[in-house]
Amino acid sequence: MSPSEQDIYEEHVLDHYEDPYHRGVLDVATHSDEGKNPLCGDVIHIDLKLSSDGRIEEAWFEGEGCVISQASASMLVETLEGKTVEEAKEFSADEMLKLFGPRLTPNRQKCCLLSWRVLQSAIHSPVVESEEEAEGPNFSGPSLSEES
Amino acid sequence: MRIDGPNPYRTDFPILKRSAASGAPLAFLDNAASSQRPASVIESMNEFYRSHYANVHRGIHTLSEEATDRYEQAREIVARFIGAAHHHEIIFSAGTTAAINTVARTWGDANVKSSDTILLTIAEHHANIVPWHQLAERTGCRVEFIPIDEHYDISDDKVIDSLDRLKPKLFAFTACSNTLGVEFPVERWTRFAHDRHCRVLVDAAQWAPHAPINVSKWDVDFLGFSGHKMCGPTGIGVLYGKSELLESMPPFLGGGGMINQVTTSGFTCAGLPDKFEAGTPPIAEAVGLSAAVDYLTKIGLSELHAYESELGGYADARLRQLDGVKVVGPVADRKAGIVSFVVEGVHAHDLSQNLDRFGIAVRAGHHCTMPLHSTLGLTATTRASFYLYNTREEADRLVEGVREIRKRFAPTGRKRRPRQT
Repeated sequence: MSPSEQDIYEEHVLDHYEDPYHRGVLDVATHSDEGKNPLCGDVIHIDLKLSSDGRIEEAWFEGEGCVISQASASMLVETLEGKTVEEAKEFSADEMLKLFGPRLTPNRQKCCLLSWRVLQSAIHSPVVESEEEAEGPNFSGPSLSEES
Repeated sequence: MRIDGPNPYRTDFPILKRSAASGAPLAFLDNAASSQRPASVIESMNEFYRSHYANVHRGIHTLSEEATDRYEQAREIVARFIGAAHHHEIIFSAGTTAAINTVARTWGDANVKSSDTILLTIAEHHANIVPWHQLAERTGCRVEFIPIDEHYDISDDKVIDSLDRLKPKLFAFTACSNTLGVEFPVERWTRFAHDRHCRVLVDAAQWAPHAPINVSKWDVDFLGFSGHKMCGPTGIGVLYGKSELLESMPPFLGGGGMINQVTTSGFTCAGLPDKFEAGTPPIAEAVGLSAAVDYLTKIGLSELHAYESELGGYADARLRQLDGVKVVGPVADRKAGIVSFVVEGVHAHDLSQNLDRFGIAVRAGHHCTMPLHSTLGLTATTRASFYLYNTREEADRLVEGVREIRKRFAPTGRKRRPRQT
């Protein structure tokens, strides 16, 4: 069965879309970032509260866009909250697609991977300057604006 | 042909026999992005490759002479199709984008200074925006946009006011918006511009496939269109320019075919149209394009336009009646067979993905008109665009599909289930 034959709007996807986990702004965020998918106009903002021992104490998202982008963001913050930063960094794009579930065509994979990409760069984007966070430049990932 | 009668053209297009991945019969409503091809176009290219192909203008042998004949015949057919005074005013390019870029790079670089203005409409697609932004980067000129009004239209007064106020060097506008479907009065606007010593470039990408063109009557200075939106092959399009303008412009791409003589110290340029056709041109594509022109001409462009407007208008009116659906574009009597819309609570990509399950192919996104979408406060719309082979039954399937999908995505008080760990 090809991806387009399968219904990608499975029940758990629609559940996350209508009743998302931690949708909103985290006032006490230590790290955050935002990204867009210009192809669809999807926007995802992610706020993280990282503890001093390198754990994601809280993960929140805000955004707008298609079902895939919003539901996948909800699944991602739900899954990675409580994990260590190292574990989050090791959480691969493939694992993100697996977490989402239904197989996606390449164009829709970009929707699903938007929140993953933003979370990966949020880890490196402290809200306030602090010495210990000078790990390197922000990771902004590949351009998603392939429509001419 | 009327939309309530049988469609005599559908069987000319082999691809329309197939179904979508879901197994549903295909309703191809993405024609503004690219159309399908009739068997006659596909066969013309096959036959050319099988029996007549060689490089053009170069070899002194049977095949090269036959290929050259076909290629130059194609130019004459296209010249007649758009009412050009001379066939050397037809430059084969890779498409609309390449045609506009050629004008920006040659006429633009040679004539536009930092104090000059290029005037566009906000309804342009990126092919008629970015080359001018690039020209502005090179020359320091300004790029200005005429906004659309609340009826998704631009009045003559607004055009005249913009021309008087901004005194542009060039007014480059689309004959038909690929998003709104609104058609602009090319002949009149060209006259307004010429009265004010402003050159005119018309982007006919969405016009050439659907309605008659007469560049001589319109008196436009430049016009561009693509083969692939009008039943022709990809990789070919046309730049029309008035002889004296093309003569005065420096060449763009340098290479074989565009030269008169090359020495170790320089080159001299070939005459028109070769000057703008460096390298081996799209030969079989030109043959295919001329077959497409023959196909459309035989039906009659006015006939086509009337049919598509009626069909698009029918879909437009039915979509406007649906709850939560907003059509982005003027009412039906003023536009081509293009209907863009937004559905409350359903993102364009989700809508498009679900329509595909019903076999309906539409475009979702910004359709390469980001400035237009942002002035409308939208990031994405869904666009259905009709062509000669589409039917009223397909328009009905679109409307029913939209209705069902909206129902499916309506909030129902779902609760996220606890995560399995």
